[in-house]
Amino acid sequence: MRLPLLALLAKEPAHGYELKQALEQTFGAAYPQPNIGQIYVTLGRLEKNGLIKGQDIDQSNRPNKRVYEITDAGREELAAWFAEPTEGPRVRDEFFMKLVLAPGAGGSDRLALINTQRRHYLNVMRGLSRLAAQDRDNRVAQLLIEGAMLHLQADLDWLERCQEELD
Amino acid sequence: MSRSGPDTARVAATPDADHVLPPAEAMLWAQDLVKTHRGAETATHAVRHVDLRVDRGEFVAIMGPSGAGKSTLLHLLGGLDRPDSGRIWLDGQRVDGLSEARWSLLRRRTVGIVFQFFNLVTNMTAADNVELPALLAGMSPRQARARREELFAELDLEDRARSTPAALSGGEQQRVALARALVNEPGLLLADEPTGNLDSRNTRDVLRLLARYHASGQTILLVTHDARVASGADRVISLFDGEIADDTALHAPADGPTTVADVLRLKG
Ligand SMILES: Nc1ncnc2c1ncn2[C@@H]1O[C@H](COP(=O)(O)OP(=O)(O)OP(=O)(O)O)[C@@H](O)[C@H]1O
Ligand SMILES: [Mg+2]
Repeated sequence: MRLPLLALLAKEPAHGYELKQALEQTFGAAYPQPNIGQIYVTLGRLEKNGLIKGQDIDQSNRPNKRVYEITDAGREELAAWFAEPTEGPRVRDEFFMKLVLAPGAGGSDRLALINTQRRHYLNVMRGLSRLAAQDRDNRVAQLLIEGAMLHLQADLDWLERCQEELD
Repeated sequence: MSRSGPDTARVAATPDADHVLPPAEAMLWAQDLVKTHRGAETATHAVRHVDLRVDRGEFVAIMGPSGAGKSTLLHLLGGLDRPDSGRIWLDGQRVDGLSEARWSLLRRRTVGIVFQFFNLVTNMTAADNVELPALLAGMSPRQARARREELFAELDLEDRARSTPAALSGGEQQRVALARALVNEPGLLLADEPTGNLDSRNTRDVLRLLARYHASGQTILLVTHDARVASGADRVISLFDGEIADDTALHAPADGPTTVADVLRLKG
């Protein structure tokens, strides 16, 4: 979450709550939203590392709010983030471990493991379809969900390959 | 989760299996279907002892790797190919022994089929491909036209009505084929990869159409590799090597994830 917050602050200074709202508006309901506490903790860390700079603003009859802006060091960090390629989601190695090690280890047979996993993926896919239907007008959210669906499809295809090869 | 389990047991225990009646809720009921494709030197056991039941109003998806026997099974159920053995009931009627002529009649009214490779009539327009089966089933030309226009509107095909199949993209042909299968409001829709050639947007349109028909009570059995399509079904059957490897009812949609985090692991 460090770098997305930095990216939002590179556009304009903001306080914690505004950042939370900006994340929600940009990514929609499908995105796992950080709570306000996580945001404040992250902002504190970014400030300690000199990537952002905070300034307290007096508010007449409410507690002060702290508005943050990005520093030069912050911009450098952000540029480096945008410049480097991104690691994909990890292979689902835990399931693979189960699948390979189950025979002879007292686990269920492979077909049962594969069926359990496939059922899980299909149900997750069903949930994603429902999410997509809910957030129809948010194009960012739609793309995010579509990405998740394509990953799931790949997982299912791979499950089929496991079934063919390990039979 | 397999619904065919108990039925199989009952049939096996019955001395004269030919006198078994299908359950009233079953739109489609198949018992112990076997089909072997015989070549000059090879025999492919495409469907091996499959039991299958699809209830009225149910939406069932069949998944499985290439060569698993999905199309062969669908062809047996639509009367396009004959099983070596086994029994099939459609809408309460025993159909596995029917003549080609009787099957043609059934396919006009009771079963709508979308083929994996469309099978549109090449020298007719898209509109005529859909209206002809409606006319053959006894609809008036005006009714047939209205039905066709309704389906084309839903499938974003209005601009393509006067084109012949050769002038249509694969995805457009696919959608015309779907409209043709649905025009007579068949009791059972059989569809083999109905989104196989479609991009994401067109897949979504077809999915919405299927969901709407399903919601209004249409019984659907479809073959797909696309998990998004399968996830719209009530039940998913996994075919593997000509046999049913799994048969599972999907959860009510409300039980699914509330964010994509579980799938993409975006946290951090
Ligand atoms: N007419 C035929 N003659 C001989 N073999 C056939 C015939 N039709 C299918 N087969 C074989 O039967 C097996 C099952 O084929 P089928 O078309 O049913 O598979 P499928 O599951 O639909 O595959 P795909 O996902 O690629 O469409 C395959 O090995 C195929 O080569
Ligand atoms: Mg096929």
